[in-house]
Amino acid sequence: MDVFSKVKEIIVDQLGVDEEDVTPDASFIDDLGADSLDIVELIMAFEEEFDIEIPDEDAEKITTVGEAVEYIESKLS
Amino acid sequence: MRTRVTELLGIQYPILQGGMAWVATAPLVAAVSEAGGLGIIGSGGMTGEELREEIRRVRSLTDKPFGVNLMLLSPHIEDQIRVVKEERVPVVTTGAGNPGPLVEDFTRLGILLIPVVASVALAKRLERYGIQAIIAEGNESGGHVGEISTLCLVPQVVDAVRIPVIAAGGIGDGRGMAACFALGAEGVQLGTRFICTEECEVHPAYKEAILKAHDRATVVTGLSTGHPVRCLRNRLTRKFEELEFSGAPREEIESLGVGKLREAAVCGNVEEGSVMCGQVAGLIREIKPVREVIADILREFWDTLDRLQKVRNS
Repeated sequence: MDVFSKVKEIIVDQLGVDEEDVTPDASFIDDLGADSLDIVELIMAFEEEFDIEIPDEDAEKITTVGEAVEYIESKLS
Repeated sequence: MRTRVTELLGIQYPILQGGMAWVATAPLVAAVSEAGGLGIIGSGGMTGEELREEIRRVRSLTDKPFGVNLMLLSPHIEDQIRVVKEERVPVVTTGAGNPGPLVEDFTRLGILLIPVVASVALAKRLERYGIQAIIAEGNESGGHVGEISTLCLVPQVVDAVRIPVIAAGGIGDGRGMAACFALGAEGVQLGTRFICTEECEVHPAYKEAILKAHDRATVVTGLSTGHPVRCLRNRLTRKFEELEFSGAPREEIESLGVGKLREAAVCGNVEEGSVMCGQVAGLIREIKPVREVIADILREFWDTLDRLQKVRNS
């Protein structure tokens, strides 16, 4: 499964949103209704799923689904 | 009485006094520390230099450890961080955000950073940064609140981390403290109970309002803005409710709250100001000296343990 599909699955699971709303441009806070604690949970779930570490400085810059996918891909390559 | 919390903080009893803005000032803080707990200055609303003044006032009253609570959303937060570092405050608690970026600096200076969290994920994340203890605060508490009750949050945080957990939210006496220990906490933090003390400098009308409060007296406003606050139901909270139900823009709702805690805590306007306090308000019946409050809590704590032992032996 590619990174986007896996990220999408995690977001749908954690935030309880519809799959079609999880587009690359979707903002976690403005479009998907996440609050700051939801974002911490998502970051932790990404770390676990992809076996990477996402420091706070980087996590703060991730605001959309696309940015998360891009960041994870850069860490994996 | 020894737990990992008393050892870490160098205090006699694992009882912390919540750092309430405009309420937890030097006389209360020093009295709690002198009585064997940990007093904590509420820095919310203070400028850096005002905070420095308050830290020095505490130091003039006690040699015991004390703390400062930093509200990470405060407009003066940068100055406040600089001041607690310069003053080498022994303990700093943080609320309203992720204090991860502060850990390294504080550890190097020997300042013990104890974040207040309302979720398991943040607790786990902070443990990874080398935090040595954490406060898990439930929705029963006053002021800015999370969503989960203390009864459900504390054991989940206890299971998720190895560091000692201090429970907060809904604790008003020794029974509450024993309940939190049953959940795995090794310390407790109380806010509202310490407002109704002789040493607390808050306006007398604020204390009276808490003494008069019953079990259902508090409400949470501001849920729609993402920064929910628990306080006593009054004319202000009714205005909040009207605005929120009418679907007013977030900015309008948030601007209604500006300066309202000071209005209640300093000016004593408990009808139009924000009387922040927890759901335990209904449990508090008397204004007492801090020393007696702590002695009562400890006596009730041990009595509760005895009572539970009797259940076991029956």
